[in-house]
Amino acid sequence: MNKIVSKEYLSPNVVKFEVEAPLIAKARRAGHFVIVRVGEKGERIPLTIADANTEKGTITLIVQKIGLSTSKLCELNEGDCITDLVGPLGKATHIENFGTVVCACGGVGTAPMLPIAEAMKKAGNHVITVLAARTKELIILEEQMRKFSDEIIIMTDDGSYGNKGLVTDGVEMVLKRQKVDLCVTIGPAIMMKFVSELTKKYNIPTIASLNTIMVDGTGMCGACRISVGGKTKFVCVDGPEFDAHQVDFDEMLIRLNGYKDIEREQLHKIAPNT
Amino acid sequence: MTNFNEERMQPWRVELRNSMKPKDRLAISRVKMPELDPEYRCHTMKEEVNLGLTPEMALMESKRCIDCANPTCVQGCPVSINIPKFIKNIERGEFLEAAKTLKETSVLTAVCGRVCPQEKQCEAQCIHLKTKNEAVAIGYLERFAADYERDTGNISIPEMAAPLHKKVAAVGSGPAGLAFAGDMAKMGYEVVLFEALHEIGGVLRYGIPEFRLPNKIVDAEIRNLIAMGVHFVTNCIIGKTITIDDLLAEDYKGIFIGSGAGLPRFMNIKGENLVGIMSSNEYLTRVNLMDAANPESDTPVIKGKKVAVIGGGNTAMDAVRTARRLGAEKAMIVYRRTEQEMPARIEEIKHAKEEGIEFMTLRNPIEYYGDKNGRVTHMLLQVMELGEPDASGRRSPVEVKGKTELVEVDEVIVSVGVSPNPLIPQSVKGLEVTSRGTLVVNEETMQTSIPYIFAGGDIVRGGATVILAMGDGRKAAKGMNEWIMKQNS
Repeated sequence: MNKIVSKEYLSPNVVKFEVEAPLIAKARRAGHFVIVRVGEKGERIPLTIADANTEKGTITLIVQKIGLSTSKLCELNEGDCITDLVGPLGKATHIENFGTVVCACGGVGTAPMLPIAEAMKKAGNHVITVLAARTKELIILEEQMRKFSDEIIIMTDDGSYGNKGLVTDGVEMVLKRQKVDLCVTIGPAIMMKFVSELTKKYNIPTIASLNTIMVDGTGMCGACRISVGGKTKFVCVDGPEFDAHQVDFDEMLIRLNGYKDIEREQLHKIAPNT
Repeated sequence: MTNFNEERMQPWRVELRNSMKPKDRLAISRVKMPELDPEYRCHTMKEEVNLGLTPEMALMESKRCIDCANPTCVQGCPVSINIPKFIKNIERGEFLEAAKTLKETSVLTAVCGRVCPQEKQCEAQCIHLKTKNEAVAIGYLERFAADYERDTGNISIPEMAAPLHKKVAAVGSGPAGLAFAGDMAKMGYEVVLFEALHEIGGVLRYGIPEFRLPNKIVDAEIRNLIAMGVHFVTNCIIGKTITIDDLLAEDYKGIFIGSGAGLPRFMNIKGENLVGIMSSNEYLTRVNLMDAANPESDTPVIKGKKVAVIGGGNTAMDAVRTARRLGAEKAMIVYRRTEQEMPARIEEIKHAKEEGIEFMTLRNPIEYYGDKNGRVTHMLLQVMELGEPDASGRRSPVEVKGKTELVEVDEVIVSVGVSPNPLIPQSVKGLEVTSRGTLVVNEETMQTSIPYIFAGGDIVRGGATVILAMGDGRKAAKGMNEWIMKQNS
């Protein structure tokens, strides 16, 4: 049982939790994730760690309400406990001074990008962040990202904030004007696919942090498997970060939708009329 | 050490032995395990198929054992249970004594009475087989004694040594870790068992379905260990949440690794990542650990109508029988050799057949096809035939050139084995690992290349049975105790 010490809405569907987990706070590195479970009949879902405070012994999780389990989690309040929390899982991000790093993040993907941008900045990189969302109110963590970015480019689909356009438009703007040594991209699979296609064209090494379906998160089940360079890899133990240019995003997109029908049925449990 | 012969010559044993002629004992036919009706049990998820012997049945079966001077059955048991002693205790009506006898050398008796491959171990060595009779049903009797003890609320806690005030850790709460913990606690150690998942029991919980091993049986064994003073820590991954060095800093004197064979193998054939194709680990974890078949559970599971399970082991049987219970109209085993070569227990194969499972032997999948949504719709099977015996002594399957079959499926469960969990070998520097990813140990003591680390179960064996893992855990407890004692002297 892990107690929630604070809860904050970043946007109508995105919640930031600070959760007591002293051991994880101490052990986690950028790129790591945890598995959480809410309730005795709850599902195990992976969430990337957005931040940690070793003094307070807390980790920060940023959750977007998408399905049943994320909605249940978002219903919890300060003082409530998360039934199960385990981690840190996965391999940490490989951090070094690459030179110029573009962090391309979309929507709630900004949350797992935060510790990576921080680590990249601390390693001496020139960090350019492209922060994208559908509309202004879905842009999250802008202030925090600014702290670790030498430059920040905001993109909204509807032009309600920053530049009008997709994340790829922002990234391409950078690639056209200057030399970039590495691109890191986190967001919806479809977004990462297009970022990857773009950077491939410009021949920029690119890392994508993948968010697949998982059950145990420790390598046991294989639900998270994807194809990387034609080989099957497990996101939970081989990842979650991979060479984006080698990832079969189309297959990943199909696999992510594998339980959509069942999930839609299950949502009736919390909102019978939807 | 138990002196088998001395115990055999105790007056009650002699008297009991002489009360019936061996010929008359032999004349009794082997008991049949009462089972749930196959048609009924296909529609019930959690009811155990084997119902267990009644006291009358157990008494009768116990009489079949002639209490021979050289009980070879004991040699067939990986943990050397004093088999004649427990059976003769049943015969004299001392069922609780029988249970105690089992616990002298085993910790998970109700589990082993259910899932041990007795027909390949103790029962395979029974003297009756030499005279062309059926072996004594040792496994059924073991289960009977263990269940009797539990169901009558008379669970005995083994005799415990005085506390040593020394801490040891076990990593993984499967059969190896549980056995290790039990033995170390008995010797007076303070044992803390770390489990990565949110429930205790390892494969006993996530792998073996309730129709073969009900959760309440596992719960009882765990309660027993808690009563013995073993501490359990769930949601904690050694090497991730805390490191081996953290444990050493907290004054743990020894660490036992029983992290199991985590990684499922796939066949790396075309279409294997289509939706609806998964490992038996995933399928069984969803249904067993996450209770996905229960409408109240948040975890989804695909309930296929035409389900193929690839493989011929016990896990494959568990998966295919689960699929049947989840409503599969057609549930198939696809196995590349024949039924004779199947590694699954005979009982599992028999139960599967009774439940209407189709056996497609001498078939091997070579490609899967899906629809526009990426869901599997068909599998292409290569027809095989048996060739020359391979290294394992089994006749190896070879392709019948050009002969394939296309079979409609909507779910495929791949159950072709597992690899050791890489988390520990990856996170502990200096730990010697084989090319297969298993840990190298001294076979006598189960000590690894790092002196304070011992290991057992599938992380060492790569994929074996509950009882072998348990045996390893016990061996490691003995080895670690001796090593710790030597450090102090």
